[in-house]
Amino acid sequence: MQRNDNQSATQGDEPIPPMQQLLDNPFMLVFIGVLFPTVFYILWGIMEIISIPAVK
Amino acid sequence: MAMFRQCPDSGLFFHKSAESLMKAHAVLGVVYLLIGGVLGLLVALTRMPSLHVLNAEDFYLALSIHGTAILIFWIIFFEMAVLYFAASTLLRCRPATPGIGWIGFLLMVIGSTLVMVAFFRGNSSVMFTSYVPMPAEPIFYLGLILFAVGALIGCFIFLGTLVIAKKENTYDGSIPLVTFGALTATVIAIFTIASGAVILIPTLLWSLGFINHIDPLMYRTIWWALGHSSQQINVSAHVAIWYAIAAIIFGAKPMSEKVSRTAFLLYILFLQLASAHHILADPGVSSTWKVFNTSYAMYLAVLASMIHGLTVPGCIEIAQRKKGFNNGLFEWLQKAPWANPVFSGMFISLIIFGFIGGITGVVMGTEQINLIIHNTIFVPGHFHATVAVGTTLAFMAITYFLIPVLFRRQLIWPNACKWQPYIFGGGMLILSLLLLGAGTLGVPRRHWDINFSDAALQFQYAGTAITMMGIAGLGGLMAAVGGAMFCLIAVGSLVFGKRLDPGASLFSSFGFPMAASCYNIERPGKLELAPIEQTGDSGVQAKGTFVLALVFLASFVVYFFINAKYLSSIWPMG
Repeated sequence: MQRNDNQSATQGDEPIPPMQQLLDNPFMLVFIGVLFPTVFYILWGIMEIISIPAVK
Repeated sequence: MAMFRQCPDSGLFFHKSAESLMKAHAVLGVVYLLIGGVLGLLVALTRMPSLHVLNAEDFYLALSIHGTAILIFWIIFFEMAVLYFAASTLLRCRPATPGIGWIGFLLMVIGSTLVMVAFFRGNSSVMFTSYVPMPAEPIFYLGLILFAVGALIGCFIFLGTLVIAKKENTYDGSIPLVTFGALTATVIAIFTIASGAVILIPTLLWSLGFINHIDPLMYRTIWWALGHSSQQINVSAHVAIWYAIAAIIFGAKPMSEKVSRTAFLLYILFLQLASAHHILADPGVSSTWKVFNTSYAMYLAVLASMIHGLTVPGCIEIAQRKKGFNNGLFEWLQKAPWANPVFSGMFISLIIFGFIGGITGVVMGTEQINLIIHNTIFVPGHFHATVAVGTTLAFMAITYFLIPVLFRRQLIWPNACKWQPYIFGGGMLILSLLLLGAGTLGVPRRHWDINFSDAALQFQYAGTAITMMGIAGLGGLMAAVGGAMFCLIAVGSLVFGKRLDPGASLFSSFGFPMAASCYNIERPGKLELAPIEQTGDSGVQAKGTFVLALVFLASFVVYFFINAKYLSSIWPMG
């Protein structure tokens, strides 16, 4: 398989764009990939469920 | 010490330790595909009203094993093999901590075995979802937890291998796109497994009697972050495989790496949120939560899938046109190697995943329309198009490439290899379409007997629905034949296939290293960047793909409209 990283065209003397820096950082991707669904799906969902009044 | 070998056919480099881990994981995956497939056939034949082969107890046992063996064990074992391949082989790098990789593998084997033992003991037929308060034996939950820990170890070894590759400077520029797709799968896997731990550890304690109560809605909400996100690992992995196969067969280069990588980033951010569509009929969470997660956010992940669905055939078209297949809109497709199962499997996977799995997934992710089909057999119709065809067929396709390259064995039965993707894909297409139709008419999922033969209150489904379930069973039978062909070809090739390398012994087919003399490279050459090509006019070059995309969008609109119209007719307002 041959490689063709078009995005690496900016490498060399030019500074690496922030978006490419993000895509080249696996640990940052892990961080945001866990953060987003944890906040929007799990934490928000749990907050809604625990705010349901208990049956008296 | 020389630890690498180079495949003379593909030019790929394999590290001794990573190669063994890939083989062991892939073989175990196929074992679970076989188990899950046999039980799946029994489920399909039971849901055929005219045959109805299993009694109720055996049906729920078979359904539990089928779901878990296929949706968790087959898929994740194979994905671990993909991760070792994408990191070590594609980056020409030694794997991080292979010894710990074997511990992870062992935990996955022990965990999956415990789950199977729990099933076959007969007291844990709780199905794939294992909703509380329906109890399973403690070893069921323990097995799932051990399996998840093993898989998590594999994910961190993948990340560690990326670090080693960067540090040892084994590649130029960014990691290859296929490796980036595998990284996306890893990110989603970490979230998925962490969610599983959050809910399965308390459930294990509940099953042991240390906790009195687990709230069913809380369980369902968090469990689906495991249950649905695990299927999103598949999506990322099989899309990475589509790109790999396009490069392997055609030498195709992505139309735009920037766009494809951005699409994978959209997966990382938004794909897991689609788990919420399983909770759309639950009263405990607000419409804002439901609509944000299943519509606004999920549509960004759908956009990513549509980008991949455009760029994979698009890059194949451009590669084919460069070879001279320029007549009309579709000569490039007509002259594609349809007799090669690596290509045919991948392309059938792509088309059915997009047209059937993708469109139905978005439609049922809409809160209002979901009411028509929630918990009906429409849902299995959707995920057999996404997982059984989209993921499984893509994994089968890459296996036809890996048997000669990784295992160094020639494929047996070339004619059967040629037909297998069509038989499996065709059977699954029939099954999926008919389940979608029957589900739209209200046939429930997970139901042993829709004729309600022993029920006090009788209910009769429309004759069309009964007929559809019968034809769906025939589709399931055809898919099972295709699945059995794959297992026979794969295992038969590993055992009886002609050795392509004298060092490829029987044991090396199942995870042991090949003869020491095979590993004669100390350090492979650096993975260089290919020359940058002008790709700004790729969209214009891929005219046929553009027409296919328009057909896809038209199908999408028409199907969405039909469902909205159907909803208005069964739920009149005013």
